[in-house]
Amino acid sequence: MNKITRALTEINELNTLAQHQSPLHRLHPLAKLLITISYIALLMSFGKYELVALACMGLYPWWGFHVSGLSWKKCVWRLRVLLPLICLVGLANPFFDKHVFTIGGWQLKAGYISFFTLMLKGLWALLASYLLIATTTIEQLCFALRLLHVPKLLVTQFLLTYRYLTLLLKQADTMSQAYALRAPKQKGVHFKVWGSLAGQLLLRSIDRANNLYASMLLRGYQGEYYYGGPVTPWSKRDWQYLLSLGLALLCLRLLPWSTAFSKLLGGKFL
Amino acid sequence: MHMADALVSPSVAMTMYAASAVVAAYSIKKVREENNPRKIPLMGIMGAFVFAAQMLNFTIPGTGSSGHLCGSMLLAALLGPQAAFLTMIGILAIQCLLFADGGLLALGCNIWNMAFYGCFIGGLLIWQPIMQNGASKFKIILASMLGSILTLQLGSFSVVLETTASGITELPFSAFAITMQGIHLAIGAVEGAIIASVLLFIYQARPELLLGNEKANTARFSFAQTMAVLTGATAIAAGGLSLAASENPDGLEWSLEKIAGTSELESSGLWHGAAAKLQELTALLPDYSFQGSDSAWGTVFSGLAGSALVILLCLACCYLFKLFKHNEA
Repeated sequence: MNKITRALTEINELNTLAQHQSPLHRLHPLAKLLITISYIALLMSFGKYELVALACMGLYPWWGFHVSGLSWKKCVWRLRVLLPLICLVGLANPFFDKHVFTIGGWQLKAGYISFFTLMLKGLWALLASYLLIATTTIEQLCFALRLLHVPKLLVTQFLLTYRYLTLLLKQADTMSQAYALRAPKQKGVHFKVWGSLAGQLLLRSIDRANNLYASMLLRGYQGEYYYGGPVTPWSKRDWQYLLSLGLALLCLRLLPWSTAFSKLLGGKFL
Repeated sequence: MHMADALVSPSVAMTMYAASAVVAAYSIKKVREENNPRKIPLMGIMGAFVFAAQMLNFTIPGTGSSGHLCGSMLLAALLGPQAAFLTMIGILAIQCLLFADGGLLALGCNIWNMAFYGCFIGGLLIWQPIMQNGASKFKIILASMLGSILTLQLGSFSVVLETTASGITELPFSAFAITMQGIHLAIGAVEGAIIASVLLFIYQARPELLLGNEKANTARFSFAQTMAVLTGATAIAAGGLSLAASENPDGLEWSLEKIAGTSELESSGLWHGAAAKLQELTALLPDYSFQGSDSAWGTVFSGLAGSALVILLCLACCYLFKLFKHNEA
């Protein structure tokens, strides 16, 4: 499967997942967005050696995946995009961090702890973002962004880009396949046709934009774009979700997990 | 270069969100002032185009690897820096949400690293000044290469600064910076070449789409007028101002005088002697004057004749290498 086909499949899968029905799907998008942002911010506030406490933060994605019926496997596969830079940054830690931890009689370089902390932060943040996007449609997300007073122009721009993404990806896929059929056994696009291939796609996109503008005018477009599907109104259930989960996350963050774990194993930091 | 959430601390993330928000607010204000409703769907489609074009693999000659298109510089050349910046925000948000490319909390950093530098440094400070008097093939290549390399260098250096400020890595700052800058120098050059080839195609197919090329269509002087002005300036410089040329030695002569005590080195040997004799025969105007005369007219004539010869030589080279192409249309 090539990159374009894979991207199209991922978009379709997310679209389908967001249409499912589960207690998480039925929540107001603003509540889910606020919880996700708060969760990631709390994750980032952990120190580089707080591995145990950070591991406990995995309870939220575990609960979310369980309630919404999402698959872990497909989400973890997305880590391939994040891993290279995290590894580049974190792999040096075991070599440069000379501190040593003693856990239950075992000695462990602090660099390894900070590296695994970094990886775990990346994983939890990815799962939380996936949980949000797999239970909320882009239109609902845009609606939530407007409630947070994100400028209309920015939200409209975001939504339009998303709407035409599938269309242009299909166009690029067709062009790419046509090229591959004419240039067998060739990996990628030859440099002599870089400009003409991408340029043709660009010109077609601009023509499409002009057609789109004309059709928007015909439908009465006057600079205002109406988005957002049938979003359920904010209810008591959303308050309950926001407050209870917010409180639970704060507890997970503030409880001295590392000390408790350390006492349990008789470890100390040297 | 997309930063993950794990690489930034909340304080750095919030600072970069604030910085990006300020630039976004300025861009929104500017786009609104333009009051061009046609631009909104164009921005959306262009965002989707950049995304789709980034999925195409461009083979790098001689390496076996491939590169992909850099969006911000290309968008800045087509939409203008402010509209390009807003379009890039949409692209980066979609990449973050749909494809896990970059984190939600690190979005502010990514916007700054990839959209701000590309659109405002690459677009506003490099593309626009270079295209001030209209586009040309050389200018497009220069601006694309310079813009891509510089903006990627700035972006990757910002990644280093943000990660170091977040206290995430134990990697020494210099080692981290050298690694990142080195990798992104190569990436910048490849992306610059891809952008240049795309923009050159647009320049040939639909030149009016390029930002800064509108002025070229309404230029104050035609090509013939420009050539006439340049010829006049050459004549004045070569024929008139040459009389006021300094009589002091130039840099090389001055250095030779300091080292050897004379600016004229004596040559010896068979080949040097033969070359000197040949030069005596071919030099019609030795020392920029008529032979055996110190008249000022000799200097004027030398200037004019030399300039005319250089122009003729350039024209001959252009015809020889077929640099002039006739429009068949």
